[in-house]
Amino acid sequence: MADAAAPRTSIDPKAAAADPLLTVRALTKHFGAHVAVDDVSFDIARGGSLAIVGESGSGKTTIAKMIVGLVVPTSGTVNACGHDRSTRPRGAAERRRRGAEVQIVFQDPYSSLDPHQSGASAIDEVLALHRGGSGSERAGRVTELGDLVGLDERQLRALPRALSGGQRQRVAIARALAAEPQLLILDESVAALDVSIQAQVLNLLADVRASTGVSYLLISHDLAVVRQITDDVIVMHRGVVVEHGGTREVLDHPQAAYTQLLRASVPTPGWRPRRRSEWSGAPEAADGIVS
Amino acid sequence: MTVSEALLDVRDLAVDLPIGGELRTVLHDVSFTIAPGEALGLVGESGSGKSMTARSIARLLPPGAFSTGTISYAGGDVAALKGAGMRTYRAEVAMVFQDPRAHINPVRRIGDFMTEALRTNHGVSTSDAVARAVALLEEVGISDGQRRLDQHPHELSGGLLQRVMIATALLTEPRLLLADEPTTALDVTTQADVMAILDDLRRERNMALLFITHDLELASAVCDRTAVMYAGQLVEQRTSSQLHDDPLHPYTAGLVGARPSIDGQVTRLAAIPGRPRSAYEAPAGCAFADRCVHAEDACANVRPALEPLEDGLVRCRRAGELRGMLSTGGRRG
Repeated sequence: MADAAAPRTSIDPKAAAADPLLTVRALTKHFGAHVAVDDVSFDIARGGSLAIVGESGSGKTTIAKMIVGLVVPTSGTVNACGHDRSTRPRGAAERRRRGAEVQIVFQDPYSSLDPHQSGASAIDEVLALHRGGSGSERAGRVTELGDLVGLDERQLRALPRALSGGQRQRVAIARALAAEPQLLILDESVAALDVSIQAQVLNLLADVRASTGVSYLLISHDLAVVRQITDDVIVMHRGVVVEHGGTREVLDHPQAAYTQLLRASVPTPGWRPRRRSEWSGAPEAADGIVS
Repeated sequence: MTVSEALLDVRDLAVDLPIGGELRTVLHDVSFTIAPGEALGLVGESGSGKSMTARSIARLLPPGAFSTGTISYAGGDVAALKGAGMRTYRAEVAMVFQDPRAHINPVRRIGDFMTEALRTNHGVSTSDAVARAVALLEEVGISDGQRRLDQHPHELSGGLLQRVMIATALLTEPRLLLADEPTTALDVTTQADVMAILDDLRRERNMALLFITHDLELASAVCDRTAVMYAGQLVEQRTSSQLHDDPLHPYTAGLVGARPSIDGQVTRLAAIPGRPRSAYEAPAGCAFADRCVHAEDACANVRPALEPLEDGLVRCRRAGELRGMLSTGGRRG
């Protein structure tokens, strides 16, 4: 594939900082004969933010799952905060430590929240596990986290079904932040939100990063969202990294044929849709339903 | 536009749905026309009523729905159609939905699904129907149509299946296509491909299109005019090229400003405070008043009408004095 020869497939020197928070090396996952993720390497510096973009089947969510331990890699390594997490944790203490280092927020807060548990209770559970403290100390912290994400006491005490989609996603973000992670993985976390609500949550994520210093790994198919909240980007196609660099540079001057197709497919003022057959040497696109 | 020129004329449409045990208004005061061969975009967030508008036109409202107002197609009242008239209407006004997998029988072959309407309602022989299906699949970019007809839906990718749905809708040679978020579930490169196909076919056949989407820029790219809905009402209707760069309604400006841009980062997005409302949750006066940065006390009390302004229509009592002052988040073009 022509993409493999694209100039920016090597590890970005800026991301390969002296003190990386997350180091992923030669990460590979096979599901039977299917290679979902093929030899992927990248770093995220402390306080940095990286996006993985790609279409359905590109392997981006599988990478997120391998980092949090929901999928075990076929080969390769994942290291966060100086600790290897390529294999299953040995015991509860190691599992807890991993949870305090990396947290994840999924796309659909309705399926990632317990329908019988209020936001306050869900956040308190994480605090008790990771941070300890008395009940009243934790209650104070729940209120602080609610303030941080813009949820009042009444909303914190409500069950998920009484909240809007944007409010539920705020609960999921507050719950993840309760563990005080170094890295927050946002797996399509704003994709299902209405435009006006998505803007609120994107502003919130910028505020949280500024006030806590947390790093973001954003999994997204939306290049405009990627542009707004990340410094660096990896473009994945069929399990392979086809381009890797600064977000601004990659989006303004895409080098790989696939990145160019992706960029040109985004509706902007004056844009016209083009048939794929009009693309000379067009790469095979994903053609799936976005999960 | 006069009624006689319009292919579709929706006038004072209102719909109440049973929600939580009582009838609640989800759509009211909706009026618009579509001319033969014209593409109209209908843009809005969740609960704005855009899908219910399409379902009203297609006569696919859920059980228990109560609607008033009139929908005229080619001069005739759609509500009065029955029997043969309704079958003709279904052939001339086709619909494509967001999730193709939810609208196709998973245990039947693609060929059965595609040719059913032609065979059962239009007296077309099976061999003719198959030939027409294969020809249309070719037009939507599926060159091995004969093989696809023998396959089941699960054997096709989402993008392929949505192309099948579009081809199926076009088999009866409709004069109007109702497309409800037809590319929202597709990957962005597939969306561009499917939209290009839809746009080409529409122009070749002089077919009118009602294109429903949450994506203002996508609507602008393929529609002549775009209407914006909020809380069950139309709040603005305008030439697509004007709508994005120079909106008339504060909500439209808010939608443009809230969306991040692929061309640049902003320090803060101009988010609209609060959340989108359904018609039954909206304030008594202007439905957008409680989220609008330009609202005055009077806005909360007086329900504005959809009135002409420049080349468009807008439902805002301050629209005239706000001309040129609506911020779209500091980004233009």
